[in-house]
Parts: sequence; C-alpha cells; structure tokens
Amino acid sequence: MTAASPAAQNQAKGDTFPKLLLDNAATRPDRPAMREKDLGIWRTWTWAEVKDEVMRFALGLEQLGLKEGETVAIIGGNKPRLYWTFMAAQSLGAIPVPVYADAIAEELAFVLDNADCAFAVCQDQEQVDKVLGEQEKLPKLRVAIYDEQRGLRDYDHTHLHAFTTVQEMGAALTHEGPDAAKRWEDKIAAGSPDAPSTILYTSGTTGQSKGVILRAGRAVQAARDTAAFDHLSDADEVLAYLPLAWVGDHYLNYAQGLVCGFCMACPEGSDTVPHDLREIGPTFYFAPPRVFEGLLTNVTIRMEDAGAIKRWLFKKYMAVAKEHGEAILDGKPVGSGARLSYWLGERLIYGPVKNVLGFSRIRVAYTAGEAIGPDLFSFFRSLGINLKQLYGQTEAFLYVTAQKDGEVRPDTVGPAMPGVDLKIADNGEVLFKSPGMFVEYHKAPEKTAEALTEDGYIKTGDAGIFEADGQLKIIDRAKDVGKLEDGRLFAPKYLENKLKFFPEIREAVTYGHDRPFVAAMLNIDLAAVGNWAERNNIAYASYQELAQHPRVAEIIRESVAATNKALADEPMMAGMQIKRFLVLHKELDADDGELTRTQKVRRSFVADRYAPLIDALYGGAEDCFVRTEVTFEDGRRGFIEATVKVHDAETAPVPAMAEAAE
Amino acid sequence: MNMHAAPVAAGETLLSVEDVTLSFGGVKAIRGVSFDIRKGEIRAIIGPNGAGKTSMLNVINGFYHPQGGVITYKGAPRSRMKPHDAAATGIARTFQNVALFKGMTTLDNIMSGRTLQMKTNFFWQLIRGGPALREEVEHRKRVEDIIDFLEIEAIRKTPVGRLPYGLQKRVELGRALAMEPELLLLDEPMAGMNLEEKEDMCRYILDVREEFGTTIALIEHDMGVVMDISDRVVVLNYGEKIADGTPETVQADQDVIDAYLGVPH
Repeated sequence: MTAASPAAQNQAKGDTFPKLLLDNAATRPDRPAMREKDLGIWRTWTWAEVKDEVMRFALGLEQLGLKEGETVAIIGGNKPRLYWTFMAAQSLGAIPVPVYADAIAEELAFVLDNADCAFAVCQDQEQVDKVLGEQEKLPKLRVAIYDEQRGLRDYDHTHLHAFTTVQEMGAALTHEGPDAAKRWEDKIAAGSPDAPSTILYTSGTTGQSKGVILRAGRAVQAARDTAAFDHLSDADEVLAYLPLAWVGDHYLNYAQGLVCGFCMACPEGSDTVPHDLREIGPTFYFAPPRVFEGLLTNVTIRMEDAGAIKRWLFKKYMAVAKEHGEAILDGKPVGSGARLSYWLGERLIYGPVKNVLGFSRIRVAYTAGEAIGPDLFSFFRSLGINLKQLYGQTEAFLYVTAQKDGEVRPDTVGPAMPGVDLKIADNGEVLFKSPGMFVEYHKAPEKTAEALTEDGYIKTGDAGIFEADGQLKIIDRAKDVGKLEDGRLFAPKYLENKLKFFPEIREAVTYGHDRPFVAAMLNIDLAAVGNWAERNNIAYASYQELAQHPRVAEIIRESVAATNKALADEPMMAGMQIKRFLVLHKELDADDGELTRTQKVRRSFVADRYAPLIDALYGGAEDCFVRTEVTFEDGRRGFIEATVKVHDAETAPVPAMAEAAE
Repeated sequence: MNMHAAPVAAGETLLSVEDVTLSFGGVKAIRGVSFDIRKGEIRAIIGPNGAGKTSMLNVINGFYHPQGGVITYKGAPRSRMKPHDAAATGIARTFQNVALFKGMTTLDNIMSGRTLQMKTNFFWQLIRGGPALREEVEHRKRVEDIIDFLEIEAIRKTPVGRLPYGLQKRVELGRALAMEPELLLLDEPMAGMNLEEKEDMCRYILDVREEFGTTIALIEHDMGVVMDISDRVVVLNYGEKIADGTPETVQADQDVIDAYLGVPH
C-alpha cells in the first residue's frame, strides 16, 4: 500500500466528512475549496469560507428543528450550496439523501418517502414544485428549502425557506458570541465513524431503486485508499458535473475532495459543461464511455469541416499517435525518431485538441459503467491522456477494481483495489468485500440478504473472468447471459457493446435467449447520422423519419455485417451473429422507462413494450406498424405511430475448425 | 399546466387606446378599437388571421400612426411618435418573425438592447476606457442577469444565426428585457415552438412579471397558453373589438366562438 506516500500524508485528518472539513479549514484555510461560474464569472470559496457557509447553514437547520439521525433530501444539479447541504446535514448527524434532479415527481416521492425525509433542500422552483406536488404522500416532510428564489416569491413560506434565510438564522447565532460555533465544532468532533453518512439510491437497473446506506468511517477510508492510489493532492482540481445523486459524483468529487483538500468546480449549468471544462482544465476527470464517444464524434465532425492542410496534419499526426502514443504514455521504450514526431504532433495537433476539450491538465482520467470501444479508448490515450478503467458499484462506495498507471487495456477493468477482496463464484459471478462497502439497504433487509453471500461478500450480479495478469474482465450481467435454442452462448451486453462501438449506432438491444437466432433493435445516433445525412443531401424532419430512411438502413446493415464478421472470429461467440434487425422509430428514453436514469437499457421492459416488433423480427415480416405511448418532460403523455421496417442481416461463415479441415 | 394562479392585477391604467382607427389606403385594418392595459397585468390580444393584432401592436409601439383615436400612455395623451421614442419611454417589443442581428452573438444581441442606457460619449467608447469601461461592466452585469434569468448561458458566445428558432425567440425576449421596459409587447412569442419550449416561454413570461414587475401585452394563437397566463383578453375580428374580459368570459362569448369557428349560413 502507498499509505506512506507524500500525497497520503497530506490528506486531511478525520473519520467523518465534517471532521475533514474542519481539518481542511484549519490546515489549508486559504486554498480554494470550491468554485462556481455564476453570471459568467468564476467565483471561488476557500476552505475557511466553505466552513463558514456550512456552519451558518447547519445552525439554521438546527433551529428549524433538524435532529440527529433524520434524513435530508437534496434535489438538484451540481451547486455549491447543495454540496454544503451534505456537509451541514452530516455535521448535525443527519443523513443526506441526494435525488436525481431529472427524476419525475413519482420517483422523487418514492425516494423521499422511503428514506423518511424530514427536510428537502431543492435547487429551484422546478424541484420545489415536484416536492410540493407530492406533499400528501410525504407526511414526514416538515421543511422545504430552496437555493434559487426565482418564481417562488409568491409561494406560501410557512414551511418553505430560502437557503439564504436559513443561513441568516444561523448567522444570527454566531453574531451573539463564539458559543454557537464552539458547540457546532464540538458536535462534529463527537460524530461517530460508525453512523450512517449518506443514503444513495441505486439507479434501478433491475426494478425499484434501493437506498444504499454508507457508513462515514468506511466511506472516508475508501476515499483515502483511492486518493493515495492515484497520488491525488490539494493541488488537483475537478469539475463536478456528474449527477449529484450518483455514487460517482459523491465519491470522486465530494469524498476525495474532502480527503485531499482539492478544489471542486461547479459548472454554470448542465449544458455549459464543455465550456466550463475548458476554462477549469481539471487534473482528475471521470466520464462514462458515452461522453468520450460524444467528444470523439465532435472532434471528427469538426475535422471534416476543417481546411485541407489541417485535415492532412490531423491525419498524419493521429497516425503517429496511434502507433507510439500509448507506448510513450506507459513509459515503454520508443525510438528517438518516433519520439520526435510525437513531440511535433503534441505541439501541432494533440496539444490544441486537448486544449479545446479541456483536457490539457489531466493527470488521471477514468471511465466506467459500460464497456468502452477499443478504438475510442486508444484515441484518448494516444493523445497522452492517462485514461484508465475502473469497476465499481454504489454498494462498494465505488471502487472494486481499477487499472494501475502503465497497465491499461481496453477490455479489462484492472486488478482488485488495495484492501478489496475479490473472487469469482462458480456460476461466473463477481464477488467482493471492500473497505467502503455498504451497511445495508434502507428498510429492505430481505434485499440486503439477497445482495450478500453467506460469508459476507457482495454479489455484483456481473459475470466476469480473471485474465492471466490478474485483471478482471466483465462480460455481461450474470443473469442476462443466456443460451440460444440450440444451446450456444448468448451474452447480449457483449453483443450490444460491439454494435454500439459503431459511431452511427447509439443504442442496441438484442434478443436471443431461448430463441432460434439473435435479433437486434437499434437506435441511430442522431448527431453522427444527421451529419452524414447533411453531407449526402438527405433531408429529414425528425429522428423518426431519418431512422426509417432506406439509405440509413444500408449503413446500419453494413455495421451489423461487420459485427457478425468479428463475432465469427471468436469461437465462443460465433453463434451470436445477428440474423435480423430493425431501427427503432423513437430514441429509447429514461422518461418512458426504457433506460435507467444512468442511461442503461432495460432489456425486458423494452421487449414487453415493443412485443409486436419482436414478433415481426422472429416472424419474418418485412415491416410492422407500432403505436407507442411516450411521456413528455412535463409528465404528459402522447403517442408516436410508425411503420418500422425489418431487415435481414448478412452473416459471416464461421471459419472451419482446424480439425474439420483435415 | 404547472403554473400557479396569477394574481389578478388591480393596478392603474398604464396605457389606453380609445377609438383607434388605422387604414392603409382603402383597407381598414383597425376600426374604432378601445381597450386599456393595466399596470402589472398580462394582457392578451387574440383574434383570427388578419384581425389587426399586429397592426394594433405597431400602433402602440409608434410604428404606425392611426388616422383617428387617442392613445394615452402613463396618463399623457401621445401624439405622433416614432418607435425609438416609444423605446425611450419604456416600451419594448419582440417580433413575429425573429428580428435579431444574425451574425452577432447572443451576448452582443442582448447588449444591443442596452444602447439607450449608454451615456458615455463616443470618445470614451472608442478608447474603451474611463467611464465607458465602468459603464460597460455595469451593462454587462445586467446582461448576465438576463442570460441567467433566461437560462441561455450555454449559448452566450454563439452567433444567433446558428441557434434553433426557439432559442432565437428567447434571445429576442432577452434583448427586449435588456431595455428594462415598463411595457413589453410580445408578438406571438410561442409561434413555431414545441410543447416544451412553449412551457418554458410561459414560465419566463410569468417570471418576467414577477421579477421585474413588467406589464406585458401579447399576441398569441395558442389558446391554451392565452387562457393559462393572461389576466385579461381582448379579441379582435376584422379590425373590430368583439370581446374584452377575463379568459373565462371571453372563452364563453358567442361572438368569439363564431369568429373562430365560423357562423352557419
């Protein structure tokens, strides 16, 4: 372990998050702790200022009657005041429960009710409206607090308060004398590492979401281990743009930030993230594969629009990067000629590209959540970005495995993290014990029991194998691995990922378990295919129209054929070749329940919803009329009707086995 | 919809139109129309195509000069005035077909709405120093407030010509707000928008009134929107006023129903 490294020695002291806050405020009071872009200007708070803001809010919450052990819902985007709410609630021994900002009112009500929230802290009117609209379902909710006042002036303020008003209530106490501050700090000092620190709700890939209770001491310890693993220090800086309620944001930014004392920057809004990224230039960065995919698509599209000289330079030096970039990044021996070319490439191409993406200062970047395409992964690594993969879970408080610097491959997720006990069950399922592992699911002992083995390992539900060098490789969800009618292996996720590596395919859902052959339903990528359509003079008015265009079907058919060809080369997977496919008439959407909030496909739900299409795929029909109910963002419903074409795919012959040829 | 009920404005009259007549040659666009706009209210002007709604807005705004009738604004009768005089007295408007500077950024377009408030002379502005710089910072702050208010941070530096229509409409509203108007005239603010954009726009209109206390007169074809957000509605048909009152009374008015649905012969 790296516990003795200088970075680890500089970590803040304490076994709960509020203790870490006090330590940061004492040892690095003038270092930046948080930034936010507001009205076009970056505003910075130092650790001492953050402590002060949190204290005033906490004292205000206390006066409003928030008690130890009660839960506080936090609903909104990445805003400093919402992060302070985490700290303030934890300082009082209350438990913060973040909720996804884009959750519809029913989902929100479920979480608030399940977690018995007494307080709800909302970012703005949109969230307040959702909470107030579900009020009768939430008898335990006593107080609602909002950050942005806009539109809320005329609301009944008996149980509704502005964040600033609550802070003023706290400030009134601190102005009377030092007693209030002293009492608050004493309360923090008395905080137990064994008390629950947060309840994070899982995204609900497998049905109703569950509240994962994390314990303060374990959470802090987990963050210490990973921060030391990647040598993070207070000189690092992150952009907190991931959903507040997701374990990734809570861990990577909040927990690691408090442990290391580094600065967390909050974007101006969710759609300004690319600009903000460029302005902040984070040193530690996490993004799911689809974000990297979007970035690469953007770079490619913009290069296609660039002048001839730029295109030529880009092509030439990207070839250099492809050949030597990763080797240089991993510190492997590379010839001096190649090094010189790469150095020139860095000046001419890689540097400017990284600068435009906001990646100039990145020391460590991670991706996780889905398999990442090998070409995509290599593209970013060859530019000199230290992109690695990790494998984690809310139940683990994130990290289970992560790749070490210099030992990075696209198809694995790395060896077990320090302190993690990892093994694979007889049925192929990955099991682990970790320093940050959860205590239990909130109010669901039977689910807790289901998630654990008898000897206390957490069942991940993922099927995986160990590679020869100890790195873990994830194949699919354990329960999703199925068999075709003739008994050949069918791993849908493996297949879908292969399909999604094509830029024009955004989403893929495949079926084959207990079926005679594999069939696929696809979503095209509107940005990539739209750009292609523009260049080929194909006019279209909507996603639906473009998706059913015969020439789009042609490109997709080629991609499917290429996938089949790749599968034919893998003996285990050859049976999974796609025989028939269709392009869906609408994009799969979390509002319709087709994706989870973390954008994962709910395969069986989609199968039920589009049963006529499945029948058409397996029944041999050439097209199929469907009428689909859709939910708009305001919760209203409408219908989309379309006639969807079903296509036959070209399959590749499986190369004859050596013995068969003899 | 998700809107809370608007408090019915009981303010004094901000602008009144009495017996106004407007004709272009032989075509009578407006025939003896009278109505008033009270301080702090959202006043809708509706009617079938060609009813004279936009002409009415152009009259209020000083773009057209009526042949007959009196317009009283803030208690004083208004003689022939030019659109820039209307702007100087606190009337701002948006247009049915977006009229922005397409090549300029969102920021610059909204900043152009501040022109009337800029006081420093040409010399200081030329060297961008001294009082001109202080003034620019002050104006930029106001513009940033509007950008924040309309949630268009992501397109701050994007040339408006590249923006989708719904966003252009929003930028145009921003430019009108930059004038800090007392009376805001909106000509079909929801035209060509999808449901989501319409809802956003409704919310902005209500919020503009709440945040800045602006009086709003709007022309709109989407009846759902009109009935939802306006306090009072005036209905025009063939240049004549056929109804005036709260959304409920107007909705139940037989003349209005006939005007929209036609009368059996």
